[in-house]
Amino acid sequence: MSQKVLLSSKEINIILHRLACQLLENHLDFKDTVLIGLQPRGIFVAQRLKKILQSEYSVKKIDLGLLDITFYRDDFRRGDKPLEASKTRIDFLVEDKKIVFIDDVLYTGRSIRAALTAIQSFGRPREIELLTLIDRRFSRHLPIQPNYRGRQVDAINNEKVKVMWEENEGEDVIYLINK
Amino acid sequence: MSELSVKHLLGIKYLQEKDIQLIFETADHFKEVINRSIKKVPSLRDITIANIFFENSTRTKLSFELAEKRLSADVINFSAGQSSVKKGETLIDTVNNILSMKVDMVVMRHPNPGAGIFLAKHVNASIINAGDGAHEHPTQALLDSYSIREKLGDVANKKVVIVGDILHSRVALSNIFALKLQGAEVKVCGPRTLLPKYVESLGVEVETDLRKALNWCDVANMLRIQNERLDISYFPTTREYTQQYGVNSRLLDSLNKKIVIMHPGPINRGVEITSDVADSGQSIILDQVENGVAIRMAVIYLLASKIKQ
Repeated sequence: MSQKVLLSSKEINIILHRLACQLLENHLDFKDTVLIGLQPRGIFVAQRLKKILQSEYSVKKIDLGLLDITFYRDDFRRGDKPLEASKTRIDFLVEDKKIVFIDDVLYTGRSIRAALTAIQSFGRPREIELLTLIDRRFSRHLPIQPNYRGRQVDAINNEKVKVMWEENEGEDVIYLINK
Repeated sequence: MSELSVKHLLGIKYLQEKDIQLIFETADHFKEVINRSIKKVPSLRDITIANIFFENSTRTKLSFELAEKRLSADVINFSAGQSSVKKGETLIDTVNNILSMKVDMVVMRHPNPGAGIFLAKHVNASIINAGDGAHEHPTQALLDSYSIREKLGDVANKKVVIVGDILHSRVALSNIFALKLQGAEVKVCGPRTLLPKYVESLGVEVETDLRKALNWCDVANMLRIQNERLDISYFPTTREYTQQYGVNSRLLDSLNKKIVIMHPGPINRGVEITSDVADSGQSIILDQVENGVAIRMAVIYLLASKIKQ
């Protein structure tokens, strides 16, 4: 197994600021927009973006929810390992809101498909956008593309993109791991 | 740990403590799901479940059926009263006939202790015991412990007294196993005639004075008298039973603390518990019913994830 650094802490920081600006450009004061971090790994990106938008671009109020998609996945009973659920916390209404789904890595697109189904249980949003920190190009199984992407990566199937966060793993870094 | 150690849920006796914790953690997620405006997830859309009830049930049957539907499973229901069992068909034949219709899981209630265990040995499906005679009723014990955990934060080190007809109660036995496994202290309370002879061998204490038992405990689980299983007279009159072992608000108010009151249902109001107690703020009887759906969703989901395609 070998691994190389795809993005360093400094690069991640620059990308997050750029993504925050792009969100700001489209959603201004976030009055009708809510951020939904996808469990388990998308929530770190979402929390960082919310922090940047509030502290550096003085957006007053941003609703941030956490959505777990485990029970909506299409691979139940198909893998070797059982699926483990995480917490869902959406304590606001999504009816008629603009939603931005936030995840760390976009790969086959199946998680996003599950998230699109899951969010319907909370109401009918006006529109849904997708933001992803890493977009693994040419590996989609479904016709799903991000509206905002941090970095596009060409990774072959036995490679894995691992995103680490300071608050969780001790440092901000993204590795490309060859299994 | 993300997997149960068992393939069937036949009784609490066969579970480990970590299985119970996994069921509770999964139930937490499902409790959030059933409080959404759309209370359904698509996880089990390729699973078919048969609910086979050889004995009457209201709560358990509805709760299982609702749990299955909330998980998007296909459900078929079978009650022995209207079936070929009356024409002399054996249990294995009945179930195998149902299974040949491509059923993956069987939820069964049966008047004979061990019926679920017997079935699990002889048929190829995941079995959930929804009550087998006076033996076990595992999902009831799980939802009881889950409700205690929700109300008091934890089950470990809590003092629980189970009051009433312990001798004929599958709820009592499953509760004793579950509570002891989680490190709770358990006492049973009732007339001597309704306490099994060797109940102390399960690590529980016997108390025949209800007031003493209630003063000791954090939680009192009130059971009904199982009249349908009483073949002889175990106590002189219902009135006398109520005087000695019925809970009323006067008794509760005279205790030195506020205890939590539970009841697995069906309630015989005015016998083991008065209406004002059953409907009071100290009672979590309706929370138990709500939690029942979440617990059963968790059990079904975790067992279904072990059925290979």
